[in-house]
Amino acid sequence: MTPLGLYVPGASSLHRLPAGAKFLGMLVLVTVSVVLGSPIALGVICAVVALGYPLARIPWDRVWPLLRSVLLLAVVILALQTWLLDVRSAGVTVLRLVAALGAASLFTLTTRIDDVVGAVERALDPLCSPRMLGRFGVRPDRVGLLVGLTLQAVATLSGIAASVREAARARGVERSVVAFAVPFLVRTLKHADELGEALAARGVADE
Amino acid sequence: MIEFDGVGHAYGERTVLEQVDLSLTEQRVAFVGLNGSGKSTLARMINGLVRPTRGRVLVDGLDPAEKGAAVRRRVGFVFTNPDSQIVMPTAGEDVAFSLRRSGLSRPERARRAAEVLAEHGLDGYADHPAHQLSGGQKQLLALCGMLVLDPDVLVCDEPTTLLDLRNKRRFVELLGRLRQQVVLVTHDLDLLGGFERVVVIHGGRVVADDEPGPAVAYYRELAR
Repeated sequence: MTPLGLYVPGASSLHRLPAGAKFLGMLVLVTVSVVLGSPIALGVICAVVALGYPLARIPWDRVWPLLRSVLLLAVVILALQTWLLDVRSAGVTVLRLVAALGAASLFTLTTRIDDVVGAVERALDPLCSPRMLGRFGVRPDRVGLLVGLTLQAVATLSGIAASVREAARARGVERSVVAFAVPFLVRTLKHADELGEALAARGVADE
Repeated sequence: MIEFDGVGHAYGERTVLEQVDLSLTEQRVAFVGLNGSGKSTLARMINGLVRPTRGRVLVDGLDPAEKGAAVRRRVGFVFTNPDSQIVMPTAGEDVAFSLRRSGLSRPERARRAAEVLAEHGLDGYADHPAHQLSGGQKQLLALCGMLVLDPDVLVCDEPTTLLDLRNKRRFVELLGRLRQQVVLVTHDLDLLGGFERVVVIHGGRVVADDEPGPAVAYYRELAR
């Protein structure tokens, strides 16, 4: 399971917000939380982000795994930073992290990848005119597809990793790096080959 | 119509196909052969994924090696492993991805995708994460991604290998109902019931080309 959530279908106001506006909002929120140094202000931001979850009607069984991994991370960092620095700066770091991860998850939970891809394409369209990036052969639809496939790859690779780990466990070699790395690489490369073939069959190379 | 004219293929030193001459006019054609017989390579030539090193292929008079894009608009391809064919996170988005060059607006593409999913047993799955579908549903999704473009030919390369018996039967039933010319690559002899023509490939050559009965009998002899 990755710390970022996958899309949960819904019709809340957060779901209906355009992907580009939502993405900018998330960027602003994360930037502000990096600039601010007051624990109270950061606490307010965290509370605002947290309120977004019931607003978007994300079911609890989807929130809990995310919350668990964020809390675990927060505890480890809090302990480490308190030991290295002091409680106040440790608290500020953790609040920043929680705000950023919380906002990013809320974005991926309420936005279809297709809409993210569409927003990327629209934003890049003027930049990719023949006089600008287009000169170098950059095409907005290709960048959009790249973003989509990258987000997809997270799910695919964690799936491959899980099944390779299972196979290693079945052979009793779960501690061997080789028993994980070799099949993981082979299957990843094979997947890349097959994906390339499937994209070619769907006409991606023809455009 | 799909024509193979003196087709041969070699990967470096290793020859995988030799002197294949076929003219496929039937609506339901199967390529049958053992592992490594060259049947998948032959099927990939139909949409230009593999170019013959000898001879040529024609699909409705077009050579996939020269007019790849035009041929791929006519020929859909379903692979063995649906996981590699699904490129978007939800079922609806994946089918809509096929329509990105159709000129339809985004909402129209989504609506058309949902329609095709509903027609093929995936009603209500448009917003479902594609990778959480069952194996059978994933293969149906891969098929929908092709059918939404309404091709004239559908090539399926061992599409049922990863499916259980029930899903396999469903998939084959669905293939049987399509208006498309279907070229099915398989070594699963249960699938050949509704087929008009079975081409047996062995060691890179066509060794039998007949109705399912005699062709399958020949293949069974080969496999002994």
